[in-house]
Amino acid sequence: MNLRRLILIAIPYLWLLLFFLIPFGIVLKISLSETAIAIPPYTPTLDLSAGWQGFTAYLSELDFDNFSFLAEDDLYWKAFLSSLTISVVSTLLTLAVGFPIAYGMANAPEEWRPSLMVLVILPFWTSFLIRVYAWMGILSQGGLLNQFLIWTGLIDTPLTILNTNTAVYIGIVYTYLPFMVLPIYATLEKLDNSLLEAAEDLGCSRIQAFWLVTAPLSRPGVIAGCFLVFIPVLGEFVIPSLLGGSGTLMIGKVLWEEFFTNRDWPVASAVAVVLLLILIIPITLFQRNQQAQREADE
Amino acid sequence: MQQTANGCGFAPWQDPNEEPLIRFEGVTKKFGEFTAVDRLDVDIFKGEFFALLGPSGCGKTTLMRMLAGFEKPTEGRILLDGRDIGPVPPNKRAVNMMFQSYALFPHLSVAENIAFGLKRSDMPKTEIPGRVDEMLGLVQLREFAGRKPHQISGGQRQRVALARALAKAPKLLLLDEPLGALDKKLRQQTQFELVDIQEKTGTTFVIVTHDQEEAMTVATRVAVMDHGRLIQVDTPDRIYEMPNSVYVADFIGDVNLIEGNVASTEGERVEISWAEGQPLIVGSSASPLAAGTRCSFAIRPEKVAISAERPPDAVNAISGNIHDIAYLGNISTYHVRLDTGHIVKAQTANSRRIGRRDFTWEDAVWLSFTDTAGIVLTG
Repeated sequence: MNLRRLILIAIPYLWLLLFFLIPFGIVLKISLSETAIAIPPYTPTLDLSAGWQGFTAYLSELDFDNFSFLAEDDLYWKAFLSSLTISVVSTLLTLAVGFPIAYGMANAPEEWRPSLMVLVILPFWTSFLIRVYAWMGILSQGGLLNQFLIWTGLIDTPLTILNTNTAVYIGIVYTYLPFMVLPIYATLEKLDNSLLEAAEDLGCSRIQAFWLVTAPLSRPGVIAGCFLVFIPVLGEFVIPSLLGGSGTLMIGKVLWEEFFTNRDWPVASAVAVVLLLILIIPITLFQRNQQAQREADE
Repeated sequence: MQQTANGCGFAPWQDPNEEPLIRFEGVTKKFGEFTAVDRLDVDIFKGEFFALLGPSGCGKTTLMRMLAGFEKPTEGRILLDGRDIGPVPPNKRAVNMMFQSYALFPHLSVAENIAFGLKRSDMPKTEIPGRVDEMLGLVQLREFAGRKPHQISGGQRQRVALARALAKAPKLLLLDEPLGALDKKLRQQTQFELVDIQEKTGTTFVIVTHDQEEAMTVATRVAVMDHGRLIQVDTPDRIYEMPNSVYVADFIGDVNLIEGNVASTEGERVEISWAEGQPLIVGSSASPLAAGTRCSFAIRPEKVAISAERPPDAVNAISGNIHDIAYLGNISTYHVRLDTGHIVKAQTANSRRIGRRDFTWEDAVWLSFTDTAGIVLTG
């Protein structure tokens, strides 16, 4: 009985150890190393044949130079800051688009709801990369959007959308919308309609009832949706590199360039470690929100 | 109307000069093809505790939701204090509702729930806490003011819902199955609290319920509904003693129904032939009946006496055998099979311990009742 429990508990921890903690340990170690023209492209590497003395020598060669480099070169700070701004803005944009969709779904006739749900999830069935490429086709100078706007006569010269931050926002909102819609829909769908009737009965207009009842009661879903968008967007790399321009500075992109263009593994690892540390804050807050929600439900 | 129902003599529906608070004028409500409320007329007076009673789907909830403003009549008018409230939205009506689910706002405390309606009214901000405290006192929940709805018991939630609905001092309070979620003991106790609060505040209450006992206990008048129509609107005692139809007699309480034909009439006294070779049943009818009319004789089990010998002076006496005995503690119901095959229920109070019961299964017994105990119904 006790052994079985131990094994059950051990499995997720072993999983975490193997696929998160050990890789993170390796990344952390690389971030403390120095770049070198070698395979792998950093030094020192661990040589077990040298025994204990070799190990201590190996440890003594590790230092925090890469981290102080990150602090000195303003590129990284700017990239972190710009990533943060883009994440916050695009999370709010996704909320602005996602909430009405979730609200509409929750108020749709019951027999429509499963189909609407499938429509929200449907884009996931195509490759994410292909969908982002499709946006390139839509947003480019000669793309569908510009053709359409010129055809309607709203503009004479094509707009430059692709390779700007606007395109990045469009791409992020489009890609992450389901993560916002689904948790909000889940809370709105649970909402007892008689609460709104009670609010009206007690003197609220429809709009007041929305702000005084629907909005506060959908808060857990809104918070969950915001975190589910904010956390992955912070490290997003594909969307800014495909839709963004040279001016779009995001930490995921910087990381990629350090690794593959500069082949500077130690600095790239240091960036990854800092990114993780920054992400721990919202993830912890998210966990707390989930827990508070569970307690309130009981 | 010959008598007043309740002791205090409150019976505005008998006064032709009294203006009703609520008047339904030919109100019909259709949902697509389905008619929920069918050409309904009724007056409800100020200070009444009016119960809408009926099985689920009879239209009683629709009627209430039209009063609250959540549904609009398809035809007809609803007048509140003489004014048509059809075009008035729910948030502008001097009518408040206590919901079946209570619909307490889970994110607000008990006090904030009660203050919710007051904050939307034109009451000065400084007076709101006083009014909230007054309502908390009325429902005895002062020490729970700061709790959230999920931190209090079901009975307390019910009282918060009541206090919230009463806080704005509405002209009319609607209660949708207010005690449905409570267990039996608490329900009985709460019924009296409701009546108490209704009397204290002087508010007109309209209650929707499918529980006839609840309707009988709290209401000044009971309206029995079926298929969107009012079958009978009357005081609880008259609904019980003088039902106007088989439906009402059968719906309220337990009743024996014997079908037959009117043999002869003499004033209110009616003789009914109901089976070959059996003596005629003598009953009474409120309305004159022609001989030969098909009718039902309705008599309550507690008005049927059971004895071993034929009572010498009984107007009606029928013999039979005891088929079944239902022992309910305080009373016993004897199911007596007549020679004709009819089963008639007779109820006696168990004033003695069960070991000394007079009758047992298969005993030959006589059932007797007076000529005014049962009534003759044609509807």
